[in-house]
Amino acid sequence: MLNSFKDKIGDVLLPGDVFSVQMPESITDSKPEKIVCGPGLRRNGDEVLVCKSGVLRHKPPNLYWIDSQQRRYIPVKGESVIGIVTAKSGDIFKVDIGASEQASLSYLAFEGATKRNRPNVQVGDLVYSQLIIANKDMEPELACIDSCGRANGMGVFGAGGLLFKVSLGLVRRLLAPQSEITVDLGKLFPFEMVVGLNGRVWVKARTAQQTLIVANMLESCENMTAQQRQVLFRRVADGSI
Amino acid sequence: MAIDNAKLSKNLLRMKFMQRGLDADTKKQLEEGEKRIISDEHWYLDLPELKAKENFITEEMSFGPFEDLKYGRMSFKGFNPEVEKLMILMNAPNEEEEEEEEISRMETDITDEDMARRYESLVGTMKKRFAKKRQRMAEVTKDDVAAAADDDDAIEKKTKRAFLKPKD
Repeated sequence: MLNSFKDKIGDVLLPGDVFSVQMPESITDSKPEKIVCGPGLRRNGDEVLVCKSGVLRHKPPNLYWIDSQQRRYIPVKGESVIGIVTAKSGDIFKVDIGASEQASLSYLAFEGATKRNRPNVQVGDLVYSQLIIANKDMEPELACIDSCGRANGMGVFGAGGLLFKVSLGLVRRLLAPQSEITVDLGKLFPFEMVVGLNGRVWVKARTAQQTLIVANMLESCENMTAQQRQVLFRRVADGSI
Repeated sequence: MAIDNAKLSKNLLRMKFMQRGLDADTKKQLEEGEKRIISDEHWYLDLPELKAKENFITEEMSFGPFEDLKYGRMSFKGFNPEVEKLMILMNAPNEEEEEEEEISRMETDITDEDMARRYESLVGTMKKRFAKKRQRMAEVTKDDVAAAADDDDAIEKKTKRAFLKPKD
């Protein structure tokens, strides 16, 4: 049993490790701080169990989570994902988001859609959407509007372009604030990218060649050090690749 | 008569149309009986009181709040201007809020000087508002004359408005 989170920040933890959170019973006057445990940590009574292998991360004031590498997406409410429409049945679309189950997407969950005015969604289309229901026992549900009813870039996209899959860790690195990969890529040439938290990335540039360059670079960024990446980016910028 | 009354069943006495003829004593008795029935029907669990422990640990399964993930759609070097607009909008919600706050503070705090300056320009309009109709008309014509003193059309218009005596 491990006593405190703080000693283990930055360490590798394995599923089954247990933290005991000290309950301040003796000191009643000082209000104990609440702990928020994120992905990879699970609460069990007064203990916190580790359920994914990875590095323990901490963000002030009291956020703890496990930074892990995985490719399988587990739906979480509120996350934005790229889905592929696989079936139209009555008033819902079935969407493949790479999870264990297909998600359902109501035809009314699009901006400006009404019962009379159906959105134009075909089987095989890509949708950028948000998970509104994600429960381990239930089918996940998607929506292409936010709570105010605006699309905010969600909905059907991706005429042309290329969709590919990367690991969930790389996706988070791409979406991190001031992500070096994203900034460096953006300096190369004009292109557009959609990144879903389910590990899917869609890229489109002016020509097919440029699209492929971006896609290959993203895929190779997975296992590269910062130095290797900079060398690669420089070579691409020079036009030698 | 009294014996007859005693023979009537309780259920019958409880009925609405029998209530009028009842005396106070029997009424009280009936009420008590009803109360007992109700309290008998109320049951409770003979358990020690459950103490809800305060929870110091909360779970959050999304990476979003932990890693400050950005908006998932991006466009670079003007490939898709719409998306670039959205990127600015979605990636800086905090800054936007601050700006809004500033604006609202500005709107509420109008200094006296600002107010005076504003009303200064409104003096003419306000004067017009309180003037009588005839005065207003006079002012308008005066203004017209001053503005279009050398303009013949304006004068013509004015002469048109005058009453013309029909010629026969």
